Formats: sequence, structure tokens, C-alpha cells
Amino acid sequence: MKSFEFYEPTTLAEASRLFAEEHAQLLAGGTDIIIGMKAYTETPETVISLQKIPGLAGITTDGDSISIGAMTKVREVELSGDIQQHHTALAEGASEIGSIQIRNLATIGGNIAHASPAADTVAGLLVADAQVDIASADGERSVPIDELFTGPGQTVLTPGEIITRFRLPKPASGSHYIKHKIREVMDLAFIGVAAAVNLDNGTITDARIGLAAVAPTPIRATAAEDLLKGNAPTPALLEQAGETAAAGCSPISDLRCSAEHRREMVDVLTRRTLQYALERARA
Amino acid sequence: MAKLPVSLTINGDEHDLLIEPRKTLLAVLRDTVGLTGTKEGCSTGDCGACTVIVDGKAVTSCMVLAVTASGKEITTIEGLASDGELHPVQQAFINTGGYQCGFCTPGFIMASKALIDENPDRTEEEFRHALGGNICRCTGYTKILEAVLKAAEEIRTTA
Repeated sequence: MKSFEFYEPTTLAEASRLFAEEHAQLLAGGTDIIIGMKAYTETPETVISLQKIPGLAGITTDGDSISIGAMTKVREVELSGDIQQHHTALAEGASEIGSIQIRNLATIGGNIAHASPAADTVAGLLVADAQVDIASADGERSVPIDELFTGPGQTVLTPGEIITRFRLPKPASGSHYIKHKIREVMDLAFIGVAAAVNLDNGTITDARIGLAAVAPTPIRATAAEDLLKGNAPTPALLEQAGETAAAGCSPISDLRCSAEHRREMVDVLTRRTLQYALERARA
Repeated sequence: MAKLPVSLTINGDEHDLLIEPRKTLLAVLRDTVGLTGTKEGCSTGDCGACTVIVDGKAVTSCMVLAVTASGKEITTIEGLASDGELHPVQQAFINTGGYQCGFCTPGFIMASKALIDENPDRTEEEFRHALGGNICRCTGYTKILEAVLKAAEEIRTTA
């Protein structure tokens, strides 16, 4: 690992000021960046730890809405009773990251800021309609999670901007996440699919579908969502939703699987994750 | 960069050290403090050989910068035995033969201890899944799981 200057600021303003400099890197849980630094694919001149800034970690519930601090460990997201109950897809996604040892280190803010299209918490945040709160020396702003990413490893964040929390509004009545993978644990997603639905008297009043690793950024399958809204969840409708979601993605072939396989599995897994989400909504 | 003063509490002993920020906790434990029970396997967080317990949580010490562990309670395999008595998890690994070459054993024992502390009532399947971040290249895991289940049972019944 290349040498670097190390800072542990205790305020966001100081962290933002340091992070605005060139060749600066934030350290949250470290499980992505330390691998990069060991491989010399990341060679920052300064590393700024967020671990000493108070108030960035923890899950708080306020009525229907839940706020997750960016420095909250992924393991805590996975085990949170409130997240498991109200945003099941997100808890399931968190539980799919690495191993317990990794999840005790990794943070949800790091998982998102790293901007991997295959991040395991991203589909759950997409279907939760999460708002991403961002702070910098100039103040604060908030962007919807589906507007955060601009490409693989790329976000709308400008130099000095730091993700502080995710705010999840009123939960859907049922949600579910499926990670398509080979190994039981310690694997990256071929694709990740989440669905969240609201049901009223047998009619889908709202539906959200989040897809990971099928496009340059994580995406919502909005055309498939529109098909579902206002209709009863018949097998034919779910099949149509799966086909529409598959048609709307733009996967690549890589060393783990082909674009064709990814597209086919979006079709299959969108249908399947919708079925699980609907079962939970009925329960 | 210049070395930074770091205070690590390792197995109950405080160590005041000067450490380069780029040094991992694993490197400091082994090379600076001389506690070589913690092993370096992949060094990318995948194999679990370097597992130690920090503030009650099992973590891969290769993925932690030592400077960020300042002020935290670190337990390594060397800190498990007390008063000349092995920890029940250590004893169970010996009694069961839950090892062959032994390289992965400290990581397995530390990960298992943290899991049992958290919840000793896991099923075999749950322990198997929860230990997915630890790799053994010799045994096929059968004896390791047997050891973990025996240790969990003993800790349950004596708790």
C-alpha cells in the first residue's frame, strides 16, 4: 500500500474541506478501499476517516419513516428489526454482502458511495424510494437514490460532498430481494433484483422494482412498475412485468456471466421477487 | 507519512505504539506486537484467517487500518485462554480434531467464539452459513462444524 496522510476529523465541515482536495479518499468501513489500496488501483495522497464524526451511524425511526446513518454497519442494517419488518428487501440485501466479519466493518454509506452497479444494498434502497442526504462545506442537499449514480463507480457527488444518511419514507406492505449468485456467501451478484408492492383489496396500488448489475448504474424498472399499478397480480401480469423489466435493462457480458444470461434472469427473477413481495404484502 | 501514536488494547494489555497509517491491524499484531497467532491468508478479506474480535465483533484484521483501532478492545487467539485453561471453543477444536494444518484454525476459533457469544442456539446449518467467511483448505469442514456445535452446546449448558 502506498503511503498517505491520514486524518480523523471530528466534524463534517472539516472532513468535507479535506475531501475537497485532490487525491483525497474517504474511509468509511474500509472493505472496498483497503483492497484497492493494497492492489495499488487506489493510490490516494490523503485518507480521511469518517469514523470519529459523531452522529453518522445508527438507525432511527420516526413514525413511518426510517433514517439510516451512512456510517451504520451493514451488519446492523441486516439485523435491525425495523428494517427487517418494513424494508425487508434492504435487510436481505445487507445480509448478502461478504461475510459477517466484512459486514461488521462495511457501512451502508460506503456500499452506496462506491457506486458499484452490483452493490447488494442498492436494489433495496431503490424500492424503498430512499432519499440520500449529502453534506459539504457549502451546506446540505438531498437526492433520490435513483438519481445518485451516473456510471460504474460514478455519482453526482462533487468534490467535498459526503453522504450522511439515507431516509426511507413510508414502507411498502411487502418487499423482497433476490441475489443471483453461485456461492452461498462471499460472492458478487450476477444480478440483484428487488421488488416492493402495496396491495389494496387485491389490487396493486404501488409497485417498485430495483435492478442491480444489469446496466451501467442500478436502475428502477419503471415501465414494468407502470404495468403493475392499478391491476390485480395475475400470473400473466407478473410474466409481462418480468419481460418488460428485461427489455428495459442493458447488461454487459463479463467474466462472471453473459449479457444474455443476465437479461433472461431479470425476467425470471423480477417475476419471482414480485411473487415473494406480494406474499409478504398479503401476510 | 510520519508514524502516528496509537494506543491498542490487545488481550487486555495496553500497547502504546507509533504506527504508519498504511499498516493494517493484522500487520501490527504480527510484526509490531509479535502476536503471530493471527494468520495472513488472502489479505483481501475473503478467507477469514486473520479474524480477530474488536469491541465484541469478529472482523478481518487485514481490512482494518491499525490507526483506526486506537482505543478499541482487541482480542486475538492468544487472549482466549485464561488461568492456564483453554477457552471452550479451543478445547472443542482439539477434542474433535477440528483442524489439519492449523493455519485457518485461529480465524475459525475467533469467528466461532464471536458467533457463540452472540447466539449459541444456532442450528448446524446456521453456523455453517455464518462461518462462510472462513476458508479451510484441508478438512472439508465436517470436524470444524462438529467442534463449533460442541463448544456452543457446552457454553449453553454452563452459562
